Amino acid sequence: MQKLDPITLSVIQNGLIQVCNEMDLAFVRSAFSPVISEALDRSDGIYAAETGELIAQGELGLPIFVGTMQFSTQAVIERAKSVEPGDIFIVNDPYLGGTHLMDVKFVKPFFYKGKLWSWLANTGHWPDLGGSVPGGFSANATEVEQEGLRLPPVKLFKKNKLDEEILSIILSNIRIADQRIGDIKAQASALAIGEARLTELLDRYGEELVRSCIAELKVRAESQMKAKISQIPDGTYHGVSYVDSDGVVDEPLKIDMKVTKKGEGLHFDMSESSPPCMGPMNSVLATTKSSIYLAIKHIFPEIPINAGTFLPLDVAPPDGTFLYAKYPRPVSGCAAEVSQRIAEAVFNALVDVIPDLLFAAPAGTSGNLAIGGYDPDRDRAYVMYVISGGGYGGYQGSDGLSNGCSTIGISKTTPIEVMEQYYPVLFDEYSLHEGSGGAGEYRGGFGVNYQIRLRRGNARASMVMDHGRYGPLGALGGADGGTNKVSVHSDGGTYVPPHLSKDQDIQIEVGDSIAVSTPGGGGFGDPRQRPPEAVARDVALGYYSIAEAEFRFFVAIDPVSGAVDERATDRLRQVAAE
Amino acid sequence: MGQKVIGVDVGGTFTDLIMADPGTGDIAIAKVPTTLDNQAFGVLSAISTVGADLQDVAAINHGTTTTTNALLERKISKVGLITTSGFRDVMELGRRTRPQPYGLKGEFQPLISRDCRLEVPERMDADGNVVTPLDESILVDRIKQLLAAGVESLVIHFLHSYKNPSHELKALEIAKDLWPNDFVCAGHMILSEYREYERGTTAAINGAIRPVLDRYIARLQTGLKSEGFAHDLLVMQGNGGSVSSAIVAETAVNTVMSGPASGVMAAAATSRAANIDKVITYDMGGTSTDVGVVQGGVPQVTAELDLEYGMPIHVPMVDVHTIGAGGGSIAFVNDAGMLQVGPMSAGATPGPICYGRGGEKPTITDANLILGRLDPEKLLSVDNPVSIDDVKQIFVKEIGHHFGMTAEQVADAILTVANNKMAGAIRMVSLAKGYDPRDFSLFAFGGAGPLHASALAKELAIPKVVVPMKPGITNALGCVVSDLRHDFVKTVNTPLADLDISVVKEALEQQAQDGLDLIARDNVATEEIVFLYSVDMQFQGQSHMLSVEISGPDVSLEDLQKGFDDAYWARFAVELPEIRAVLVNLHTAVIGKRKSFSLETLAGTDQAASLEDALRATRSVQFGTEKQDTSIYFRDKLPMDLQLTGPAIIEQLDTTIVIEPGDKVTRDIIGNLIIEV
Repeated sequence: MQKLDPITLSVIQNGLIQVCNEMDLAFVRSAFSPVISEALDRSDGIYAAETGELIAQGELGLPIFVGTMQFSTQAVIERAKSVEPGDIFIVNDPYLGGTHLMDVKFVKPFFYKGKLWSWLANTGHWPDLGGSVPGGFSANATEVEQEGLRLPPVKLFKKNKLDEEILSIILSNIRIADQRIGDIKAQASALAIGEARLTELLDRYGEELVRSCIAELKVRAESQMKAKISQIPDGTYHGVSYVDSDGVVDEPLKIDMKVTKKGEGLHFDMSESSPPCMGPMNSVLATTKSSIYLAIKHIFPEIPINAGTFLPLDVAPPDGTFLYAKYPRPVSGCAAEVSQRIAEAVFNALVDVIPDLLFAAPAGTSGNLAIGGYDPDRDRAYVMYVISGGGYGGYQGSDGLSNGCSTIGISKTTPIEVMEQYYPVLFDEYSLHEGSGGAGEYRGGFGVNYQIRLRRGNARASMVMDHGRYGPLGALGGADGGTNKVSVHSDGGTYVPPHLSKDQDIQIEVGDSIAVSTPGGGGFGDPRQRPPEAVARDVALGYYSIAEAEFRFFVAIDPVSGAVDERATDRLRQVAAE
Repeated sequence: MGQKVIGVDVGGTFTDLIMADPGTGDIAIAKVPTTLDNQAFGVLSAISTVGADLQDVAAINHGTTTTTNALLERKISKVGLITTSGFRDVMELGRRTRPQPYGLKGEFQPLISRDCRLEVPERMDADGNVVTPLDESILVDRIKQLLAAGVESLVIHFLHSYKNPSHELKALEIAKDLWPNDFVCAGHMILSEYREYERGTTAAINGAIRPVLDRYIARLQTGLKSEGFAHDLLVMQGNGGSVSSAIVAETAVNTVMSGPASGVMAAAATSRAANIDKVITYDMGGTSTDVGVVQGGVPQVTAELDLEYGMPIHVPMVDVHTIGAGGGSIAFVNDAGMLQVGPMSAGATPGPICYGRGGEKPTITDANLILGRLDPEKLLSVDNPVSIDDVKQIFVKEIGHHFGMTAEQVADAILTVANNKMAGAIRMVSLAKGYDPRDFSLFAFGGAGPLHASALAKELAIPKVVVPMKPGITNALGCVVSDLRHDFVKTVNTPLADLDISVVKEALEQQAQDGLDLIARDNVATEEIVFLYSVDMQFQGQSHMLSVEISGPDVSLEDLQKGFDDAYWARFAVELPEIRAVLVNLHTAVIGKRKSFSLETLAGTDQAASLEDALRATRSVQFGTEKQDTSIYFRDKLPMDLQLTGPAIIEQLDTTIVIEPGDKVTRDIIGNLIIEV
């Protein structure tokens, strides 16, 4: 192997990431699925020829895909009998290194000078893959077959030619199929751009040199991760989090996370977590691992991502729990919800140990709401999604962000004016979820309230959300954030889903409305340490009521002037201390 | 009456001025320190430096950062919002994500605080039908409530006003009767485009900075008047055109981002004069680098820039992207033992080590100095002189000892890594949109641009670099050459198959008429009015759009379809006959051409007869791993028929130009250096 200088390494590292960034950019600008184009629910990367392990990934890819794409590339490598230039495999099988069925991966062999040199892959969230409910988030499926069309790795493109027969099978099994050809072409075109750019990189620097750099970069990323881990004192730390229910059986699912720091590594033991569940809240192993990688990346954001990054993280496969789902367990909730609970359990385990690097728990739900129906005025069927944010946890030095997006995503919410143009609905409200930020020296950020009214036709609503039963956890004495709430209003009264945050096929008629309030973030530190003036300002802005200031922050506010009543506040805080 | 024209640009550190006399060809230049608290002082001082008699001046065009700074530092006016019932928090919740993809920290402060955002019953649907009528008596109460709270500037922003503005217009009429000043605006009048957060934020920004700009311009105009200036001042806008001071504050948001825009306008004018078809503009300063694209002498315009996290400005602006790399970018060794450059910057204070202001971290500027690209003699002129050996020692201590490298090797490594990273960032915002680099020239300016341009062009596979005559005052030149310009956007959002083309014709004609009306209000002499028309299109179901140029209001459906198909193919190499095309927005730019100004006079008259006569000195400069004795030339003295092969260093007051070994340099008719790499 050539001796590598640090300059060449930096240059090649930037070059590889650049290839992925350009794939990301082309994909998002030309995609049709709003989940890709607006919510950026996609990722592009380069993977090793033999092992499929991660070489580089775009900087703006969806965080949850940090680990999963190498597992699905490995699944393709194991099954591919022959590969030729211009072939593209399509795969979405959750059990083969996947997430949920809606995440469709394209995996393409990359040839350089006639030889297989690496793989290029991307994944994008398609709006629908068939199954019992529009959008794929069935809250009470009990088998994966009810969740949609499952694709093992098959060649959708053979030598650059789209296989019309396979395409027709796919399009015959999914909803709103007419636009998918646009996503298929966008996804394939992004890989073609990656192919051209990677070829240029190899032409310029030589394949031997690039290969050596990739090997060295892996070693470097590993040592960088070890250096970060060394900041954590040795010991075993225990964190927990709960999923409201699996959607079928109304009981919470527990994630029991033991994180052991020893030497330069971290070991993750989830074996005491709840057993596999009936409903779709099971997580496949790839997603479980990826959620832990993601949590660590949120704690140490500056570490570059390649296969070496995660070597010091040893995740024991949690056999016998709902975090290691096997066929035919339903899994539609794993990518969007269970993943965030796993990350939350990691945060919860480490926040007391390295508080300066961490934060109280974020809202941590994607808040998926899908409304599928028929619009008689336009004579067409539709599926409308609302993905919403919630409050982030407070942290040393600052209150949490309001309406941050899910921890596994970097999505923007779709504008109300866009949704009202496309679908027969009217929003009654889009407002700040007052009081939802957990109390603390640094309070949590706030969630969102919205209410949607149906104007024409009829529809069915399904939702997979979380934190309806317990709010996001506070830290270091801070209180939990406010919970997620859903209710449906009609002439017949108000309906609250029995499982609070998960339900499907709720019938909606003209004039009915769905109201959702998303969770606030956890508070950080003792609320009695929050300066009374900051609490008075929160009250003046309507974030909390005067009563909440008193019983959650122990601050008395004069109802007329809005100023802090200092004597009363001293008394309240003294009593609370005793 | 005089005919002189002045362009004056206020930057973060310096206020630059060019005065040109189109009759005689005379040029005068000034560079004075910017006076941050009141930029007017610096402007007046620059004017007195060139000894201008303002009675002889026909026009002064002013580029200002007043509004940009006010926003970034939140030194804004107290703004109030009246909006649709149920939606006052849109401005605080936004469509937000988080500031960084990884790490769950970060903050956001809304421009209008929650207690100043009030609601009134009213509602339109997406087709423009009234769902709830405007409650005028509650509206009056709300307006009075905001006045009582001490609000200075009022914004009215209702859902779907881009489709049917009647409620906003009615509310505006009522508010104007009650409001004690002129600072009242309705969202659709600033931007008639869908997306409530973006339209509302654009309007809120306008409300927040309008009083600030109004006061500043009034002060400056008074100062100029007392010096004898008889006309209305012109002010640069982010769209690259200017507008009369009489009406600029009404759409104050248009002046945000005007600084980078004027640099690109100068590049456009220069490339037009020099017959260069396509350029990437590369303006590198002390802390950041601005990049834009000019084709056929016309800068690309966008309506999708974010001033900072969560602050989108959706008015048409010259498409300039800012990259966090400048002369002050700091180099360091990270946890993985790899050399990194930026994004941290030493800024102006403490600045690079060589500035002698206490900087102790290696920067790009220091690396240029160690390699001999910058003149080591200049070290002596700083506040607390630092020796080159001091700089070298820090290079070895901070970086060299990790790798067993000398200071020179470290400096070369820093430039390699920095150029590579800058090239990547430049690609993402320019060439990665589907362009072939071989068709482009790199137009390098700013204090540091010409130092790196040759190396960057090679990284980007761009064959040619253009360095204009005055790279350090390009923005002021942009002010001199810019024309009046007014932009209009209207959302249509209809599939071509369902489109009544007469709607397009009417809307474009209306936009053109609105532009003519504004140019009449500008009350500035123009020689010609030019109209630029374009549309935003997408395939049904997409959310991103492509801009397509069109001929004018008489465009046909077939023209639209073909223009879109061609643009889509050029960008993504994809055809989609299966899916319907949608016309989203209509754009019209109305440009009032001012009397043009010949750039040839910039070339000066100092040229030496031969290259030898332009030689200033020789010094040892390192290129790659090799040191070479390198000729140093005076820029102004380079002969017109220049034929030069690198290595060479060309120095001028406002920048230093590095010619790498093997580069071939010539001059064009207006004095630009053309470097073939």
